[in-house]
Amino acid sequence: MRNAIWIAVVVLVVLHQDNWFWDDDTLVFGFLPIGLAWHVGISVAAAFLWYLATVFAWPKGTDFVPEETDA
Amino acid sequence: MTQLIIISIYMALLLILGVFASRMFRGTKKDYLLASHSIGPFLLLMSLFGTTMTAFAMVGSSGEAYKEGIGVYGMLASSSGIVHSLCFFVIGVKIWSLGRRYGYTTQIEYFRDRLDSDLVGLLLFPILVGLVIPYLLLGVMAGGTVFQNLTAGAFPNVEFFQTKSPATNGGVPPAVGSLVICLVVLTYVFFGGMRGTAWANAFQTCVFMVLGLITFWVMANQIGGQESFIENLKVATGRVSHEYVTRVDMSKSRFFTYLLIPLSVGMFPHLFQHWLTAKSAETFKIPVICHPLFIMIVWVPCVLIGIWATTLELPPTIRPNAVLPFLVKTRTGDVLGGLLAAGILAAIMSSLDSQFLCLGTIFSNDIVGHYLGRDRFSDRQMVWLARGFIVAIVILTYVLSLQGYRSVFAMGVWCFSGFAALFPIVFLALYWRGLTAAGACAGILATMASWAYLFRESEFGANSKYSIHLADYELMPVVAIFACSLVATLTVSLVTPPPKEETIRRHFDLS
Repeated sequence: MRNAIWIAVVVLVVLHQDNWFWDDDTLVFGFLPIGLAWHVGISVAAAFLWYLATVFAWPKGTDFVPEETDA
Repeated sequence: MTQLIIISIYMALLLILGVFASRMFRGTKKDYLLASHSIGPFLLLMSLFGTTMTAFAMVGSSGEAYKEGIGVYGMLASSSGIVHSLCFFVIGVKIWSLGRRYGYTTQIEYFRDRLDSDLVGLLLFPILVGLVIPYLLLGVMAGGTVFQNLTAGAFPNVEFFQTKSPATNGGVPPAVGSLVICLVVLTYVFFGGMRGTAWANAFQTCVFMVLGLITFWVMANQIGGQESFIENLKVATGRVSHEYVTRVDMSKSRFFTYLLIPLSVGMFPHLFQHWLTAKSAETFKIPVICHPLFIMIVWVPCVLIGIWATTLELPPTIRPNAVLPFLVKTRTGDVLGGLLAAGILAAIMSSLDSQFLCLGTIFSNDIVGHYLGRDRFSDRQMVWLARGFIVAIVILTYVLSLQGYRSVFAMGVWCFSGFAALFPIVFLALYWRGLTAAGACAGILATMASWAYLFRESEFGANSKYSIHLADYELMPVVAIFACSLVATLTVSLVTPPPKEETIRRHFDLS
């Protein structure tokens, strides 16, 4: 699953380069340029992907909690 | 005048917050510089987001969209949503874990320990400080510009406040506005330390996010002039010409290579310090997930306002960074204008505070403490040393901000490029046992040399469109600097001896 997460990150980076909408002036919902709408989708997908990463690919051995000192 | 009163009230609130945070101060260096590792998920999210969203987030995003169209969102915002969270996840969590184990406060401390080398720290010190100061100047100067634009007309009869442009005439001059911003930030950082900074960041992030959305709603209704909000959005965007709703004028390869710029987050010294304030590794989960969404919430409205502004009659001499303040000033009521001004200033100040604190920490911890001996100073003295350096840095930044007013805006992307080129070094330090001190030094020197060469070629940042070319492809200069850093670090590491086995074990065999 860990590998699948990192593959998905690479796919997201590839999808970020949306050459297919470069000169398309379609307005989604009548007000959102399609090039901007696509990247809004990228932002939402990134948040979802990072959620999956925190569930399935959280680094091991990082939860160390030392004894509290105030120095 | 109403706007000035609202801005003054907002500044007073921040000062109260700083004083309140100082009442919780435990008197130790760890508490002053790292809030005793007590920051939970919400505060960490807000402080990381507030810190990474600079003057550029509101003022710059709308200004760049006004100049370049919608492409700036993909180039700067959605790319940051992917890459910033990647840095928090891959670098931040590990750094937190090592920092808790071995008591680091700064990056320099980490690299010295990881590579058994004092030289790495000596090389990193000037490059980190040298790259953060222009970044600070960006905020201080943007703050001064915003202050002047939003208070224009408040003092029409004061000779010192008069300018030729109607957009700024009678407003508080940038030098005075920048000074006020510096003093307010200095006060809450000085008294509240990292806790005051984190609280102020959280407060300011809430303010600029909420007020940003209100700005968007008001602007859409004002520009659209129809009955419903959705109708207004349709009318406002419908008037925008083809080149602003597409990326026909933007280079595809330049857009792609811009993806390297957000990697700078992995090497920002102020973010390193924020990471170490986290209560636990789990604390990072919420910031990692929510950061891309928060960027979207701030940037989409600003980009839309920027492209709508291309359809409006604005003063022909207006600079892109002044577009949003000008629209707020001329198209909203006094009270709302004042609140929105506070929101813009919040975005600016929420980055300055961390940077001031971090530079004070580096000077006191990595130079004075390291070379004169930490044992010579009590905790209390170290706190006062850090405060002394913070005051000195604020004064230096303010004095520098009074020089060459415009050119520094072009410096922003160059600072980020420098930090991004150092990313391979921190990544390899965390994930590759083979990294050596000589390799890291070679990487730092390669970054400095290639950065300086290309910066000079760009006429010291004056040519904002400066690119390098590979075959027919136009690339951001960061590609060359990053490649030099990576190749030098890897090559030299492969032929030089690694740190002591015990050091490597301490950093890689964590249980």
